[in-house]
Amino acid sequence: MSLDLKNVTKRVGADTHIHETSLRFEDGSFNILLGTTLSGKTSLMQLMAGLDRPSSGEVWFADRNVTGIPVQKRNVSMVYQQFINYPNFSVYENIASPLRVAGMAQAEIDKRVQQAADLLRLGPMLKRRPSELSGGQQQRTAIARALVKDSDMILLDEPLANLDYKLREELRDELPKLFAGRNCIVVYATTEPTEALLFGGNTVLLHEGRVTQFGPTSAIYRRPADLTSAQVFSDPPINTAKVMKKGDQITLENKVTWRAPKAARVPDGAYTIAIRPHHITPMQQGREASTIEGRVLVTELSGSESVVHFDMNGQTWVSQSHGIHPFEVGVTAKLFVDVDQGFFFDGENRLIGAAA
Amino acid sequence: MNKTVNQKAWFFVLPVVLLVAFNAIIPLMTVVNFSVQETFGDNMFFWAGVRWFEQVLQSERFHAALGRQILFTAIVLLIEIPLGLAIALTMPRKGPWVSVCLVLMALPLLIPWNVVGAMWNIFALPDIGLLGRLINGLGIEYNYTRQIFSAWFTMVLMDVWHWTSLVVLLCYAGLVSIPDAYYQAAKVDGARPWAVFRYIQLPKLKYVLTIAILLRFMDSFMIYTEAVVLTGGGPGNATTFLSIDLQKIALGQFDLGPAGAMSIIYFLIILFFSWLFYTLMMKDEAR
Repeated sequence: MSLDLKNVTKRVGADTHIHETSLRFEDGSFNILLGTTLSGKTSLMQLMAGLDRPSSGEVWFADRNVTGIPVQKRNVSMVYQQFINYPNFSVYENIASPLRVAGMAQAEIDKRVQQAADLLRLGPMLKRRPSELSGGQQQRTAIARALVKDSDMILLDEPLANLDYKLREELRDELPKLFAGRNCIVVYATTEPTEALLFGGNTVLLHEGRVTQFGPTSAIYRRPADLTSAQVFSDPPINTAKVMKKGDQITLENKVTWRAPKAARVPDGAYTIAIRPHHITPMQQGREASTIEGRVLVTELSGSESVVHFDMNGQTWVSQSHGIHPFEVGVTAKLFVDVDQGFFFDGENRLIGAAA
Repeated sequence: MNKTVNQKAWFFVLPVVLLVAFNAIIPLMTVVNFSVQETFGDNMFFWAGVRWFEQVLQSERFHAALGRQILFTAIVLLIEIPLGLAIALTMPRKGPWVSVCLVLMALPLLIPWNVVGAMWNIFALPDIGLLGRLINGLGIEYNYTRQIFSAWFTMVLMDVWHWTSLVVLLCYAGLVSIPDAYYQAAKVDGARPWAVFRYIQLPKLKYVLTIAILLRFMDSFMIYTEAVVLTGGGPGNATTFLSIDLQKIALGQFDLGPAGAMSIIYFLIILFFSWLFYTLMMKDEAR
């Protein structure tokens, strides 16, 4: 069974929350909605789930138009950023609640709840109340409740955002395994590009209520369709500059010239070039790397990585590299740019050339 | 773990100790002082032991006032808590009507208590009051200065009008703080409105309701101003609650000993019930 959004829009008063969108999610697929806060991830999920009606357009499930059908008749489940459980039910009753509403026999409920609890390692907690659990366990309970009823579609709205680092990593590793082998559509909303890359699957890039790109995660990371998509799918933020290409040279606004990338077939003219932070490094990477100079604004050193923010012609650029490179604030740093990895966008911000 | 001993810590506690001493303990001690002594004019005191306490606890007058007080508080709580919760549930969560509703709800709380009494006194007068005229006009004999039932009816109505808003505002604040996601999750599960109320809203309102019940219990158990202005404890002694009775003994008859003893008993009753409510409502958490 697949989910089809056909030209759906969502308007509230004078605001457009979702611009015309068409998407198709296949049965058994893992789909990520990636975008910043207020980009429309939650609105889009509510349209998919049937919690909200689109202002125009249709939602199809398998071969059925489900546009007006409310969520409780659609066999979907949802997990939220907040840990949503019934406060005065035990973990067991919480997980069992969708089955009870469905009127399932007690023996079957027992079996299914036990299965789901084992899967999420909640076995010893079944008698406790949500308030007696850690945040991670509360969210596991909510996920177990979503899994227990064999939904056709499971929607997860930033489920890991409220967890602390350790628990987040732990659940992040487990999630794909939980969904593997299930014949349901998984939709996972997140603000973090890294999370999308870790999960793989398909990614929908969202920006201000518009889907800017949809496709297999690694493919759209390697070939963003336009500048906005490249910006949404980059953390730290992607570096951009206006450039002129002529022959085998490209010139930046501050007269710095770089060698034009060989692989990309880009005709001469004016472009916006976008370079991911990890393609700008303090160490020379290739044989003939182009260089750039800028005044250092901030240097963030994590255990094994340096993120250097520097001023490039009035814009803040970011370099991300392995190793510790303690640039002092205010000094002029010379950095190497791997131009071959850059993306060229035309006057309408469409992708013209990228590394092969 | 070893605890470090640091005498300087006393200085940090001192301001609180002084504050509590001046606003609670010292005034209470003056009452204790009266309650265990026979007081004559010209500041002459004679030790009386627990005589006044025995006298108060054995007096039928006290039993009657206490009975009236408990009945009044019970009626008022049984009406105001469910009514307040019901009104809060029907109030809008978003939009321009929110502030209108909130202001309308807060109005009764902003009126001085003696004014509330005076308003209802006039409002319910059988000959010129709007409410009194209306009820009598319906063919029901109603006169709160003569009939016991009418007096109680007016008293309860006045208290409900005056204080239900407090319960509404507390419950409303509690309801607004429940994240939307809870309602969505219930919808996804296919839960009915009753289930949403029973399993989401009510448990989430537990603390707020505890506070509301405690506040309304304490305030209604100590009702004085409105009742004095409305009925003055009458007709007869029909609406003479504990506080009114206490005032009559202390300042009407100037029996300082029994009044002191009664104050302390009164205080302990309120303390006991407050503790009882709190413990019962929080019992689940302690498991």
